[in-house]
Amino acid sequence: MSPGLDSIHWMTLVVLGPLVASMVALAGTPRTLRLGLALGVGSVLVGVGGLWLTFGGGDPVLRNPLGGWGAPLGIDLRLDGLALVMLSMTALVGAAISLYSTAYFGDISFLPLRDSPAGRGARFFAPLWLLLWSALNGIYLSGDLFNLYVLLEILGLGAAALVTLAVTPKATVAGMRYLLVSLVGSLAFLMGVALLYVVAGTLSLELLAEEGLQGPLPAAALALMTVGMAAKTAIFPLHAWLPPAHAAAPAPGSAVLSALVVKGSFYIIVRLWVDVYGVGPGPAVFVLGLLGAGAILWGSILALRQRSLKRLVAYSTVAQLGYLFVMFPLLVSGDGGGWNVDAWTGGFYHALSHGVAKAAMFLAAGSMSYAVARDDLSAISGIAHRLPMTFFAFGLGGLSLAGIPPSGGFVAKWLLLRAALADGGWGWALLLTLGGLLTLAYVLMVLRYAIDRTDPPTTFRPVPRRMEWTAMGLALLSVLLGFRAVEITELLAGALP
Amino acid sequence: MTPLVAWEALPLAVVLSSLVPGIGIMLLGEEAQRARITLNLLGAVAKVVLVGFMLQGVGAGASYAWRFTVLPGLEFSLVGDALALLFVTLSAVLWLVTTVYAIGYLEGGENRRRFFSFFSLCVTATTGLAMAGDLFTFVLFYEALTWATYPLVVHRGTPEAIQAGRRYLVYTLVSGTVLVLGAVWFQVETGGVAFQPGGVVDPEAAAAAPGRYLALFLVLLAGASVKAALFPVHGWLPVAMVAPAPVSALLHAVAVVKAGAFALIRLLHSLFGIEVASDIGAAGIVAVLAAVTILYGSIRALNQDDLKRLLAFSTVSQLSYVALGVALLTPTAQIGGLVHLVHQGIMKITLFFCAGLLAHTLGVKKISQMGGVARRMPLTMMAFTVAALGMIGIPPVAGFLSKWYLGVGAMEAGLPWVVGVLLASSLLNAAYFLPVIRTAYLDASPDRWPSEGDARFGRIEADVRLLVPALVVALLALASGVFGGSPWSPLGWAELIVGRGDL
Repeated sequence: MSPGLDSIHWMTLVVLGPLVASMVALAGTPRTLRLGLALGVGSVLVGVGGLWLTFGGGDPVLRNPLGGWGAPLGIDLRLDGLALVMLSMTALVGAAISLYSTAYFGDISFLPLRDSPAGRGARFFAPLWLLLWSALNGIYLSGDLFNLYVLLEILGLGAAALVTLAVTPKATVAGMRYLLVSLVGSLAFLMGVALLYVVAGTLSLELLAEEGLQGPLPAAALALMTVGMAAKTAIFPLHAWLPPAHAAAPAPGSAVLSALVVKGSFYIIVRLWVDVYGVGPGPAVFVLGLLGAGAILWGSILALRQRSLKRLVAYSTVAQLGYLFVMFPLLVSGDGGGWNVDAWTGGFYHALSHGVAKAAMFLAAGSMSYAVARDDLSAISGIAHRLPMTFFAFGLGGLSLAGIPPSGGFVAKWLLLRAALADGGWGWALLLTLGGLLTLAYVLMVLRYAIDRTDPPTTFRPVPRRMEWTAMGLALLSVLLGFRAVEITELLAGALP
Repeated sequence: MTPLVAWEALPLAVVLSSLVPGIGIMLLGEEAQRARITLNLLGAVAKVVLVGFMLQGVGAGASYAWRFTVLPGLEFSLVGDALALLFVTLSAVLWLVTTVYAIGYLEGGENRRRFFSFFSLCVTATTGLAMAGDLFTFVLFYEALTWATYPLVVHRGTPEAIQAGRRYLVYTLVSGTVLVLGAVWFQVETGGVAFQPGGVVDPEAAAAAPGRYLALFLVLLAGASVKAALFPVHGWLPVAMVAPAPVSALLHAVAVVKAGAFALIRLLHSLFGIEVASDIGAAGIVAVLAAVTILYGSIRALNQDDLKRLLAFSTVSQLSYVALGVALLTPTAQIGGLVHLVHQGIMKITLFFCAGLLAHTLGVKKISQMGGVARRMPLTMMAFTVAALGMIGIPPVAGFLSKWYLGVGAMEAGLPWVVGVLLASSLLNAAYFLPVIRTAYLDASPDRWPSEGDARFGRIEADVRLLVPALVVALLALASGVFGGSPWSPLGWAELIVGRGDL
């Protein structure tokens, strides 16, 4: 690293890099689309690499006023271990999705870019995704609530637009519903933010945390913001919009939405509950845990009842997000009223490995649908013999989700179970165990269709190698996460206030 | 005596010696037969050689351990100690033999790439869990074994195979999940998961809360007992015998059920310690379950006409000898249990090899079709007879030694009912094995065998790639009994483990 390059430069790079790349890609010629993706992936990877080099030891939080304006007026960026882990996960998953998308949308130089449905995906996926990426990175690094609101709006609009890229009536309806939920969620969030500003006179996360927020008004603000974010995260029972939306988007879009976008709003909930409010034991965290339990059970049951591959994977996201909310009651069960570190690291390790594994699954599912030009489970009959690598990618990703060792999901499950049992939380432990079995059930259901040769599909379109490799790469990463978790869990633990 | 090789990472090399061929074979094409066979055999030979070095080293007092931190407080650890080597040596030697057999049995069939790849992965998981130095690593390989074995069970792709595979998965996955829960609970309760001779549970803590520790034990037992095929969760094993013969050999002798029995050893001795396990009543529960399983399996084996099904119920029964032995407090019984892990493996693999030979060469799968088969295939039936007599417990075949040590140990422990169970089981073994042998030697041959292939093997009765492995393992079964007094025999090694206090 050359001297003089501070973490502020790298932070700026990971936020502005994809934004600039998105504008380049918006020019819409095959050359600029590719250039934009390369620019976005390159700037984020370099930026995250730089952050890893400059971060470490000492003070875990860095605050860097952008453009010389500090809180409460300007834009604050802050970096801690949690943000770095999320940025890194998003960078790796994002890079794989970007690569996949170049093959999925075909050789774009031959497509009639503006007219056909495929052309619309090819034309607009890259700019939208790069814009989303910039917003996500901004959310991870943002130090104040107003910035978070702005970035959330960008994220929501971009995500809804991704859904409608498929240009089917279904996709349009799903996209509009998503947009509506997203807008209402943002509105609730904005009301909460306004309320908080009235009470505390600042929107900086740091300054708010120092306020020690108490009383009915801050509580109401938290409730508003949480409901808004919960709707955007699609937590049970506010999940109904997610499966149609995630299933309707083109495959790389589904992966972006399911693996990454929902983590953005979840991240904000965590920042609020843990960093800003420091919510302790009580009925509030228990309710969040119960919502998580509902998501795990109901999401899994619905996943088992799906007959469409992508919808099944989307319901799986609903279920897996439940684990993230089960984290809250476990988190406050530490000794002497402190935080339970296992719950924290386990929860985010789950977020991390779910991001990687779910992206692998959606990309693999996309390759299968691409090959047979249909999306129902019976259509992929026997596909394991035609696309073995894709089949393995889906399987490995699914087993990681189910917490089968060795995988990141297993490490996360071990940590969460340990957090639950350390406090005698047998209910939570049994829920986690049952959730793992249900996950296995729906993953195996897909695998069974894929190996069954009795009714092979009639049409088969060759799948570009790049689509197969990128999904496999992510699946292997989700397995590798199970071998070495020391550094990541240390970073995560360091971010706990 | 000094260790020839003092390289600490030797256990890792042993695991890699089958992992690398497994992955390599998957990347090779289906038609790359020569490369596949070469890789397979190279890996299998390398594993035996590496294990040989480790045996010599441990015999000379060295220890091998390779550790890698996964999480603060959780390690991925592979340890080559005396107990681990008992199992690893069995797996490594039998894997080499089974590889040769499987090449003869399946090359020429379909999906060989998949088969041989998972075949290697299966042994990788087995050696990994044998050398796991702690519960975390053990669980990791224990679960991996489930997935590595599934494609082998459903290899034929027939509806029965799929059905058997489904049952296998349901049993093993549910139990695996329970095992993970128990493992985490164990860590929370005791603070550590590393295996130690004599156990890691604090006797005072266990005495203070025997109920809680018993519950903890039972959760772990529920996780381990499915693969060990303890009654009443043995149901997957007889069904899984639809798999091809080499797979049955692997399931019954080398890998899956052995992993379950080994899990019971680790649970009783390396985690709780046999004294604590006895005090809280856990060892008694295991002993009773094992005794019931021994009798139940033997009785179910009585009226089977399908040869492989008979052998499967025999496995259910024989495997519980291991559990019974290691659940008793006396060293003699423990030696008997440990050594039966090896003896049962060698004898049972012989029986399955012979069953496969009969099916592959003549199409004979049922006992009612076996009339006079010994005249057509004398060497095969000789091997079968040696192993069957060993199972019954007739000297000088290996099985006799196991039963002798178990019986003496039970008397020392003052448990005459255990001796009664052993005697009853031996009578039942005789009652289901002797009629098979009688039919094969004394009954009249049919005019033609069910599906005798056109292949002629010269003056030899069957494909040598199948016959030689069967004869080799039969000889091993005999030699383990005859040379039981040698320190390098399975019995000698089991005595070394218990004598050194390594259990």
